[in-house]
Amino acid sequence: MTAATGSPRAGAMALSAASVGLYCCAVCGLVSQVRPHDHHDDERCPRCNSRLHRRKPDSIMRTWALLIAAYMLYLPANLLPIMETTTFGSTQQDTIFSGIVYLWVTDSWVLASVVFVASLLVPLLKMFSLTYLLISVQTRSSWQPVQRTQLYRVLEFVGRWSMLDIYVVTLLVALVQIKSLATVSAGPGAMAFGAVVVLTMLAALSFDPRLIWDAVPSAAAPRSRAAT
Amino acid sequence: MNTTRLIACRECDCLQEDPGVLDGTARCLRCDAVLYSNRPDSLNTSLALVLTAAVLLILANAFPILGLEIQGSHTETSLSGAAFKLWDEEMHMLAALVLATTVVVPTAEIVAITWILLPLRLGEQPRGARHVLRVMQALRPWGMVEVFMLGVLVALVKLAHMATVVPGVSLWSFAALMVVMTAVAASMNPRDVWDRLEAQAP
Repeated sequence: MTAATGSPRAGAMALSAASVGLYCCAVCGLVSQVRPHDHHDDERCPRCNSRLHRRKPDSIMRTWALLIAAYMLYLPANLLPIMETTTFGSTQQDTIFSGIVYLWVTDSWVLASVVFVASLLVPLLKMFSLTYLLISVQTRSSWQPVQRTQLYRVLEFVGRWSMLDIYVVTLLVALVQIKSLATVSAGPGAMAFGAVVVLTMLAALSFDPRLIWDAVPSAAAPRSRAAT
Repeated sequence: MNTTRLIACRECDCLQEDPGVLDGTARCLRCDAVLYSNRPDSLNTSLALVLTAAVLLILANAFPILGLEIQGSHTETSLSGAAFKLWDEEMHMLAALVLATTVVVPTAEIVAITWILLPLRLGEQPRGARHVLRVMQALRPWGMVEVFMLGVLVALVKLAHMATVVPGVSLWSFAALMVVMTAVAASMNPRDVWDRLEAQAP
């Protein structure tokens, strides 16, 4: 079977497994035949006994729901303070943005950029990309499926990095507890921000990239290696 | 049709014969997604790495991660100590999120991988393998040791402006854990694990 190593394009059928009645197990990856007379919801993987689904169940609906929830929390996450610092009786409130500004003006440009990308840019771009992917799937677009799959891969990979600010707040709260000088406590924005990260991650996980390819005519030629 | 050697890409559902491994990974012929990775001697390498990770994880949680000195007064915190501090401040969800992503999930992952690989290495059938593998797969996106390390770095820079920051033993253990966990993920080949489980099944 691995004889195809030398010529990577050999063996590609350029058709989806589901279109020929084969389901791929989400847990162990085994491709198995689905008996047509069975009720599809009760189909189980012959190797690991997990439930088989043609595509992730209710993928579009679940992704929309989680995504809309994330959009709604994005504003409080960025407008409410994520951290409150009390120094000699006066309290300073920090939002995500003011935290970035602080790093920038104290000459930590690299870290300021990293936090800017991880905390502001990534969640926003992730939500916009998922919205675009959902709409493109619902309108059955067959435009640039490879690039859209790559977009999904990227947003699935980068989403976790937004947790950065949550960890920073946690560490500052735990360390800066010197009553006579300064104390730091977490603000309500941190809660909303954590929820945005978790919700966008769940949204990305419930989106099924195979839906992108379901709208592409199965005659599409396999991607050529030389193209990359 | 014999379907057992066929692979359906998880990202585009393209049905294909095993395209073979190039530079340690096999990639989908249509969308270039990683189908599986296979390093030489995957089982032994993964097992050695995961046992290393277990030791590092214990060290990382047993010692303080950062200490702070301001005008003679000294505070320090371990990772779980930091999460419990948040809990005390009525930020329960946040504390749970931090604890889950940095302690609970990495621990569960390491235990699960050891649970599967150790018996396989000894030529035995791991108990409840398919449940363990399923849980392991569901947990994978939620382990965030590497993100936490970056968080420590940012916190360090912020604190360095107001006080002397003392890096703890746990900080170095976490950094090493991050590297080792990444290596485990790269060397583990679930496809191979399933094949071995199937071959050993009575």
